[in-house]
Amino acid sequence: MSLATSSPPSAAPGRPIVRLEHVSKTFSNGTIALKDMSLSIGAGEFISLLGPSGCGKSTALRMLAGLGEPSSGKIVWPDAAEKAAADKGEGEIGFVFQEPTLMPWATVFKNVWLPLRLKGISQAAARPRVMEALEMVGLDKFADSYPRELSGGMKMRVSIARALVTRPRILLMDEPFAALDEITRQKLNDDLLRLWEQFGWTIVFVTHSVFESVYLSSRIVVMAARPGRVIDEIAVDAPHPRGIGFRTSQAYGDYCRRASESLLSAIGAADHL
Amino acid sequence: MTSIDQGPVAAQAVHEAAHQDTAAAPAPTMPVSERILRVLIPLVMLAMLIGLWAWYVAAYNIPKYILPGPDLVVQSLIKDWPILGMALLVTLKITFAALAIALVGGVALAILLTSSKWVELALSPYMVILQVTPVVAIAPLILIYAPSTQAALLICAWIVAFFPVLSNTTQGLKSTDHNLLNLFELYGASRWQTMIHLKLPAALPYFLAGLRIAGGLALIAAVVAEFAAGSAGAGSGLAFRLLESQYRLNIPRLFAALILLCATGVVIYGVTSLISHLALRRWHESAIRREN
Repeated sequence: MSLATSSPPSAAPGRPIVRLEHVSKTFSNGTIALKDMSLSIGAGEFISLLGPSGCGKSTALRMLAGLGEPSSGKIVWPDAAEKAAADKGEGEIGFVFQEPTLMPWATVFKNVWLPLRLKGISQAAARPRVMEALEMVGLDKFADSYPRELSGGMKMRVSIARALVTRPRILLMDEPFAALDEITRQKLNDDLLRLWEQFGWTIVFVTHSVFESVYLSSRIVVMAARPGRVIDEIAVDAPHPRGIGFRTSQAYGDYCRRASESLLSAIGAADHL
Repeated sequence: MTSIDQGPVAAQAVHEAAHQDTAAAPAPTMPVSERILRVLIPLVMLAMLIGLWAWYVAAYNIPKYILPGPDLVVQSLIKDWPILGMALLVTLKITFAALAIALVGGVALAILLTSSKWVELALSPYMVILQVTPVVAIAPLILIYAPSTQAALLICAWIVAFFPVLSNTTQGLKSTDHNLLNLFELYGASRWQTMIHLKLPAALPYFLAGLRIAGGLALIAAVVAEFAAGSAGAGSGLAFRLLESQYRLNIPRLFAALILLCATGVVIYGVTSLISHLALRRWHESAIRREN
């Protein structure tokens, strides 16, 4: 990867890919999962939805993916073709769950092939793309392994490869690294950042870690619970490529403090944790 | 009959799982001495039991119409093989035909039941009724209604074998990982694709557990149905020969028939276990032998 030559995608966020307009979601048991959320997601942005559990960040992400409709408000895909593709869930959206969510009976290759297979692409025709996706996450040697033969971090990489195999324009990640140990998590954060810098996708990343959100994002959307809502937005203007230098810098500390204060102010009086 | 578990166990050792956190670790194999013991101990046990039986019959002078010695039973097995072999064939035919229909019917009905909750509400009570009613109790009716005795036996065996396949497969189809279902929805999978690529593979371990139960039950039900048919059982399966031997006090032949039935049951169990093992050994928890 030629990191030195890649331009920082966050410097020039493109036209919006998708907009949430006053989106609310109320579950059938009366819980208000999300209240009046508005957000415009530009091409090439790395957006983190940061907040405590119950703040509706996963709900928002799932609605973006088309899993569940908003109770009110709407999700607008400005480009009609993108909207159609998003509705069919083809090509435009990649989704990474909190758990690896792999099929235990299928090899790594077949797990990554799945999105293409569902579109009717044969194994032979899909092979180059599947292997390319596996190479991106460094698992091309494990194509014939079964998920249970892999460590937690490797399973997560397979899950990411599966999300990448359709070459999505927007990648939705729902606390993908929350269950991993700190060291593995840092490694995957670094790898994800490299891939994003290289390929310039749009990523929406749900997390409850302040440090993770500051390290990765070009923009942080801070959310609060009961009811789930947006309380703050922080633009992280630090240049790319980011690495250990950024993680130990004064600026990084400042951003983290800013985000933490924002989170705390929302928890403040109303909640007793 | 004592070594049925050896096949799966040996194969398991070869395809041992890598430990969760070390990818592609070398497969640990069972030490040779342990493998020999695994075959030897059951064989020695069997030999001892047969020896005890032979000794008891000889020492206490038991008349052969009460308990024949093992030598007499083996003689009878060889001498009466033309009769017993034919009978075995008849029983096997009914057992396997019933099992085959039970598998196809059970899986098809399970798919139907899980596809709509209305269908499930309408049908499941009758599935339960069919299962909880003892097959001996309905056999006389079936014998009256069925076009032939063979068909009646087949229906009886099917009723019994079909339920474990149905209930296990239904349970499996309902236990599909919710996140994987979401994933399939996200990638626009059709109902058919979700069934073929997700629900059926996820239900496979459950189905195979059902198959193992159904295999044994099909044989039991075939024998019970033959008993119920009694003298009408002119088709002469093993159960009929068993009854006949009892009436004629031909106890050595009765024992020979019993041993054939027993061996058949064990072979069916062994084969279904092997199928289950081969299908699951690469991925399912039940087939993994852990070191710790």
